Amino acid sequence: MIARFTTLVALVVVASVPAPRHRIAGATISGKVTFTGTPPKAKPIDMSKEPNCVTQHPTPVTTQDAVTGPGNSVRYAVVYIAAGEQSVAQGTDTVRYDQKGCLYIPHVAAMQVHQPLVIYNDDPHSHNIHPLARVNPEWNKSQPKGAPPIRTTWDQPEFIAVKCNVHPWMHGYFAVLATAHSAVTDSSGAFSLEGLPPGTYTVTAWHERFGTQSQQVTIAGSETKSANFVLTARPY
Amino acid sequence: MNPHTRWISVVTACGAALLLGGATPLAAQEAHVGNLTGHAAAGKPLYTRYCAGCHGDEGDALGENAQWIDPKPRDFTAGVFKCRSTASGSMPTDQDLYNSVTRGFVTTNMPPWVALTPQNRVDLVAYVKTFSPRWRNAKSAAPLTIPPEPAPNIQGILHGRELFQHLECWKCHGPAGHGDGPSAHDLTDSKDNPTRPYNFQTGTRFMCGETNQDLYRIFMTGLDGSPMPSFADQLQPAEAWDLVHFLRTLQPLQTREAAIWREWVATHGRELKPIGPEGGGR
Repeated sequence: MIARFTTLVALVVVASVPAPRHRIAGATISGKVTFTGTPPKAKPIDMSKEPNCVTQHPTPVTTQDAVTGPGNSVRYAVVYIAAGEQSVAQGTDTVRYDQKGCLYIPHVAAMQVHQPLVIYNDDPHSHNIHPLARVNPEWNKSQPKGAPPIRTTWDQPEFIAVKCNVHPWMHGYFAVLATAHSAVTDSSGAFSLEGLPPGTYTVTAWHERFGTQSQQVTIAGSETKSANFVLTARPY
Repeated sequence: MNPHTRWISVVTACGAALLLGGATPLAAQEAHVGNLTGHAAAGKPLYTRYCAGCHGDEGDALGENAQWIDPKPRDFTAGVFKCRSTASGSMPTDQDLYNSVTRGFVTTNMPPWVALTPQNRVDLVAYVKTFSPRWRNAKSAAPLTIPPEPAPNIQGILHGRELFQHLECWKCHGPAGHGDGPSAHDLTDSKDNPTRPYNFQTGTRFMCGETNQDLYRIFMTGLDGSPMPSFADQLQPAEAWDLVHFLRTLQPLQTREAAIWREWVATHGRELKPIGPEGGGR
């Protein structure tokens, strides 16, 4: 009884004091996503149809579907816990997705099913946001200049391609996952999955052009385990 | 539970899972339009005879004629439909599908199937609903409520013109509605097939009907699977009617709206700024 009461008090304390984002209890799986092979070349994007967007980019922007860096690092890969979780916590943080300068920022947004997603149009002109969902409902909404953000959620895990029909070069992804533990690799290909309880997990890396790869990682306590992924790149 | 009964229940569970895993079982699917009830089993032979040549035996838009057709036939396995009275991302009502079969699609190879009896058409609707698991999973959505149409007047038409500019309809449909806007030439549908925006010079028919109510519904719900988005979150009903009345002036028809517009332009035409990147308005 006393133990239960202590647990309750502990829970209340934990719940009422939000932990700082970068100090989550539990283990961490971190590593890098790299590629072998030949990736496609990034091509310059011609935005001349939308003069507003041309002026927003003094240096021309290139395609983002295969962004690679020094040491064969892969940016915009999604790394997530695909299996092995005893219980799945529901993420409640709002995921923000911006349309700015005729680009999607971030290019890939990872989120959990039912997690709130808010889509902004920061441009001085109209966009239509069109998630090409196959499992979830496919919708297509106009968001003119100054329109309020679109708030939505997704019910089923799915990698959903997103496009704007008015500006066909605009292309991004919503990675909708069953887990709350996911990360999108940064420009050095690095990722970090935090706050994992002990267990054996299947960790999966997904990239829109380079495919998926999984590995098992076992965690005993509050430790940091390394997991690296080498995806296969093809030039087209 | 003895091992034998357990085995039976496992087999039954697997069977049920298999049934539920695919699209709705053929015999069970129904469609309801007015007093009529359509049955998928009755729709199947009709589908094979009249529809499969383009839409394919499996409803996957891979019929033998599909390769010669542009725009491509609808893929029923995707469960995404253009002409709906429901919000973007929702399934259409049975009545919506019935109306699509009945009137066909202007500027495409889909003819109006008025030669089939109403019962035949409802049976076909029921059968079309067996191709996609979305019919089982999706929540049913309420049709859009369309308030009574106000009489068109020049203030409303001018406001509609401002909305046409502000919402950037002209980016695809063109400043004069001829389907020649700056984004018109590289539009693709959800299957990456090239597609064209509607040209208001086409005549009396729009993609989903021909009345003012149909026009209202088209831009409010959007045409899912195509580049045409929903403007339901952007327009109040009064604004939507203003836009309808302006769009009518873009057609080569003797409409009430066109008459009001011509009379006003004859005296005030010079006050108008052209629609396009520089900004419309007066």
